[in-house]
Amino acid sequence: MADTSGKELQAKQKTEVNTPAEQTTPGAVFSPAVDIFETEKDIQLLADLPGVKSNDLKIDLRDNVLTLSGEVAPFEGSDENDIFIEYEVGKYYRQFTLSEEIDQEKIEAELKDGVLRLTLPKAEKAVPKKIAIKVA
Amino acid sequence: MFIRRPFYFSDERFRSPFHELERMRQDMDRLMQGYGGRLFRPPTAGVFPLVNLTEDKDGYFVRAELPGVKADALDISATGNTLSIGGERKIAQEGETVRYHRREREAGTFSRIISLPGEVDADKINAELKDGILTIQIPKAEKAKPKQISVK
Repeated sequence: MADTSGKELQAKQKTEVNTPAEQTTPGAVFSPAVDIFETEKDIQLLADLPGVKSNDLKIDLRDNVLTLSGEVAPFEGSDENDIFIEYEVGKYYRQFTLSEEIDQEKIEAELKDGVLRLTLPKAEKAVPKKIAIKVA
Repeated sequence: MFIRRPFYFSDERFRSPFHELERMRQDMDRLMQGYGGRLFRPPTAGVFPLVNLTEDKDGYFVRAELPGVKADALDISATGNTLSIGGERKIAQEGETVRYHRREREAGTFSRIISLPGEVDADKINAELKDGILTIQIPKAEKAKPKQISVK
């Protein structure tokens, strides 16, 4: 793994996306940055969702399609005036098609400091079995 | 007497030279809606983290999105009317055997200086980090606050 210490972070605008169904409320929709990795037992997903509270986050898995959607409540006070605005606040939305069978019962999600960690355990049959080779 | 009007056109389409421009602008707007969002991004200083600066009558608010950054990894200081935000975003290593499908999240250090438009009370700055959003509340200096003037 690359050593990330000392590297300077670059300013990046959030990626705006179109949702498959049109939104009923106005506002921008962004695609969160994610890390997805696989271990022998599960698939884990980390997503940056700053400003999303756990009850405003929806995680849905059906027909192998994982959907993340998060609402962000505006946190600006009503009598505040903008001086400069560099980033926009909006919803988050992203979908993934999973190639592995997932044990739906054991999915775990944890939202902490604006980062979601989703653990998707592979279903029993998808866990690779070690195949012993007999020596004749 | 016959008055000649060189710029008079009876045709409705030539009512105003700006009429045509307005029509073009509307066409552009429609085009952009189809494009899937605003084409024009807010201007930024190009330094991480991107911040939003707002004010009310008592103070300034600086907000930045810092998901996954711990409060103790942040270093915020103020001198005069400049505010500096520095820190590091760490992403823990996930074990030796994992195989990545996607890696979009980035780790690294950052530091940024923001100059505030007016004098501030540096002793009363309050910073909070919640759900990955940093909010810094900066009270304006007493003399920089707007004064209510009553009319007799």
